[in-house]
Amino acid sequence: MPENSVSADLQTGSDKMVEWTDFERDTIKDIFSRIEYDVVGPAALARCLVVYPWTQRYFSGFGNLYNAAAIKGNPMVSKHGTTIMHGLDRAVKNLDDIENTYTELSVLHSEKLHVDPDNFKLLADCLTIVVAAQLGKEFTGEVQAAFQKFLAVVVSSLGRQYH
Amino acid sequence: MTTLTAKDKQTVKAFWAKVSGKSEDIGADAVARMLVVYPQTKIYFSHWPDQSPNSPAARKHGITVMMGVGDAVTKIDDLKEGLKELSQLHAFTLRVDPGNFKILSHNILVVMAVMFPTDFTPEVHVSLDKFLAAVSLALSEKYR
Repeated sequence: MPENSVSADLQTGSDKMVEWTDFERDTIKDIFSRIEYDVVGPAALARCLVVYPWTQRYFSGFGNLYNAAAIKGNPMVSKHGTTIMHGLDRAVKNLDDIENTYTELSVLHSEKLHVDPDNFKLLADCLTIVVAAQLGKEFTGEVQAAFQKFLAVVVSSLGRQYH
Repeated sequence: MTTLTAKDKQTVKAFWAKVSGKSEDIGADAVARMLVVYPQTKIYFSHWPDQSPNSPAARKHGITVMMGVGDAVTKIDDLKEGLKELSQLHAFTLRVDPGNFKILSHNILVVMAVMFPTDFTPEVHVSLDKFLAAVSLALSEKYR
């Protein structure tokens, strides 16, 4: 398991379907219907760049990432944070086939963007923290478990096409 | 991984001063979440008659853990020395696999976000994450 992250490691072979309980489906859809993509996305990406500064390596074209204030105020970071949320939205709408939904995105992150797949888990942890802050007490342990399971499937699918 | 800078220590102490009044609730919630989200951690509590996340035993354990974290804040300048006995306890008696320190730390951070959304800024998050990692390392010191 990579040093920094505690998101669960999933081994989904292409012949194994992820099974979702009704509670998990409802919870995931509910969370994504309530959060504002252009608030949560930017906040999660900015937090990732601050808490795990080596992830800034992928954003050298983004201008000023010199300190936390600069990162938070950076319009390219915000825009990309929102883009990420819309990417997650596709998984929410295709819960039973996230792996295939993400084939092209996985190839993109591997072949073009050259992102270390361990870093997906770091962003996932930051997203969990931001959503927890947004939902407060409603982010119960059971809701957290469903959300983290969703992110683990996303992370696993994004790493599938690396070779 | 990395040493705590003077700024990290200052940030951790200032944030702890703000939140320590709720330390019991923080600890109880963190342990409860750990038991629910990472059910494999329940194996360490097989001796509890009631292993549910909100049981009195789980709450008591959360309180104990956060008291340890609060104590670690006061020993932030030399965690290895300061947490020597706790390390011996975890190494020889409890034998908690050190991977679980990261899991509990993550859940402490989630609880901070839930309970203190405006104070738990990214800057506080990074310093607290580093601190909890340093505490975990000090707790693992005597393992082998």
